[in-house]
Amino acid sequence: VSRYLARRVVIYAVTFFVAVTIDWAIPRLMPGDPIDRLLTRMQAQPAASEALQGYYTEAFGFDVPVWKQYLNFWAALFHGDLGLSVASFPTPVSELILGALPYTLALLVPAILLSFWAGNKVGALAARRKSLDNSVLPAAYALTATPQMWLGIVLVWVFASTLAWLPVSGAYGLELQPTWSIEFGVSFLEHWILPFSALFLVAFGGWAIGMRNMIIYELEADYAHYLSALGAPTKLVRKCAYRNALLPQITGLALALGAVVSGAIVVEIVFSYPGLGSLTLTAIQNRDYFLIQGIFLFLIVGVLIANLIIDIAYVFIDPRTRVGMQGGS
Amino acid sequence: VTAAKGHRPAEVAATASSASVEATAPLTPTGAPAAAPVAAHRSEFLYFAFRNWKFVFGLGIVLFFLALAIFGPMLTEHTPLEFTGPTDQRPSSDYWFGTTSFGQDVYAQFVYGLRSAFLVGFVGGGLAWLLGAAVGFTAGYRGGWIDDMLTMLTNVVLVIPTLAILIIVAAYLNVHSYTTEAILIGLTSWPWAARAVRAQTFTLKTRDFVDIARLTGRSRGRIIATEIAPNMSSYLLMMFILLFGGAILIGASLDFLGLGPSESVSLGLMMNNSFLASALLLGSWWWFVPPGIGIIAVVGGLYVMNVGLDEVFNPRLREL
Repeated sequence: VSRYLARRVVIYAVTFFVAVTIDWAIPRLMPGDPIDRLLTRMQAQPAASEALQGYYTEAFGFDVPVWKQYLNFWAALFHGDLGLSVASFPTPVSELILGALPYTLALLVPAILLSFWAGNKVGALAARRKSLDNSVLPAAYALTATPQMWLGIVLVWVFASTLAWLPVSGAYGLELQPTWSIEFGVSFLEHWILPFSALFLVAFGGWAIGMRNMIIYELEADYAHYLSALGAPTKLVRKCAYRNALLPQITGLALALGAVVSGAIVVEIVFSYPGLGSLTLTAIQNRDYFLIQGIFLFLIVGVLIANLIIDIAYVFIDPRTRVGMQGGS
Repeated sequence: VTAAKGHRPAEVAATASSASVEATAPLTPTGAPAAAPVAAHRSEFLYFAFRNWKFVFGLGIVLFFLALAIFGPMLTEHTPLEFTGPTDQRPSSDYWFGTTSFGQDVYAQFVYGLRSAFLVGFVGGGLAWLLGAAVGFTAGYRGGWIDDMLTMLTNVVLVIPTLAILIIVAAYLNVHSYTTEAILIGLTSWPWAARAVRAQTFTLKTRDFVDIARLTGRSRGRIIATEIAPNMSSYLLMMFILLFGGAILIGASLDFLGLGPSESVSLGLMMNNSFLASALLLGSWWWFVPPGIGIIAVVGGLYVMNVGLDEVFNPRLREL
């Protein structure tokens, strides 16, 4: 167990290291002086421009050798210092991100877990019934090919602006403040359901297709034939196939995280949902580079943590990782 | 590291079933003599491919939209960005898909946007395919420390969300053309393909025919090109299709965020513009519905085509 997990942790540590290095290097690798580029892009007022020039020079720390800039970057990172936001100067980037994080998690975590659960169940059912297969599968293919933001746009158009059943944007009513009250909870749920559905439906399609194909593949395996030949009830054979088909689906879950996170970013923008996605858009529009870099790091750390959780879960689910059989190499 | 699993569930299935891909070779339905295995294989492939409705259906949709992208712009005298006159028009005989609230022709934007989508899919997906194949073949065939390094690289790029890295790169680098955007996408979306190719190469390289090829003293590159790659050609083809579709989706997200080229037109940019102009509150559905339908049709068509191909190449799936 420890060897398997240790290997994964090494990969994540290297990934984190690479991500931080990319974050540090990209502004420095681009042609031209980054500060000039930033200032011309922002088209700031001359007075503001001078103040920003001062801040940027200090923040990038260009007056020390490159290796020292790099070490300083790491040091600042471990103090939780991601720089200051330029658009909402002088709020620290980390504060903005931590404020947006709960909303993104509130969308992402249920969307990932519920779509995985429901997609696998429906996919397994579809592999069993021809009629279900013929109706669910085409829908699943259309869903998995749908850009999340477009699904979000259509949901807003139909359910919010045409039917007026649900609110158009935001995470709660404008007249409310985030509190632990029933009123706020209801308002939050009303605002949550459409962006959640956009993320859920697209991911659902992918899981349903994957499970349906895996079940059919597993039912062709020797053990399934052997079980049936022994006279085991079909239900038992299906159950075994489902369990085996679930393993690659869980590996797929780790790999699909990036796609879901990307989806959440664009869906939040459609709904002006105050999470990391909307923060990304304002950062891009304001050319708020430290904020963009900070969000990048947060997304990576989030995906790494999620990967680690899946790895740990995998150890419990797949006995082969426990006894050290890993297959492949 | 366990055997490669795909990036999305559909790809997982492709990986799983391709294990039996090589088994199709000897199964020539016409009983053609082994003297012309390549020709027999090809005709067998076509025989089953065009009897598979999923493949035909998917291919038909993709070809229809490809034709629309190529010839569609010739059917209208409007260019996508020109302000032609009336604003917010519903679809009519003058403006087939209506006009935007700036008075641009939505049909012109749609067909030019399809061009960008195919360009991004082809260049981005193609580059990812080349990188994935190169890394996968090298890692799988060479083994040893080269494999360790390449696998580590693959795993690192795999974990970093593609859109996150593209956002930070595109934010600093002004992207002026869809080719640049496609190259950025290609450079970041290859890892799952590399993992899959590596796993396949691993199982193939221990086969007798590869050993014999090695005994004849052929170079490494030639053995990969003539012995290993042809035995997983079906797999490589399906990989290209999935990467093609994936690149279109990522490109649309980037354009929607406003990080793509702003002076031209794409399906993602159409969604972005219509969204920023509050088209969904005004109910100008003709502006934001077509780009989504276009993407779903092309990408969905590619995915369905892929399933069809899987059934063609894998006889065990055929009767389903």
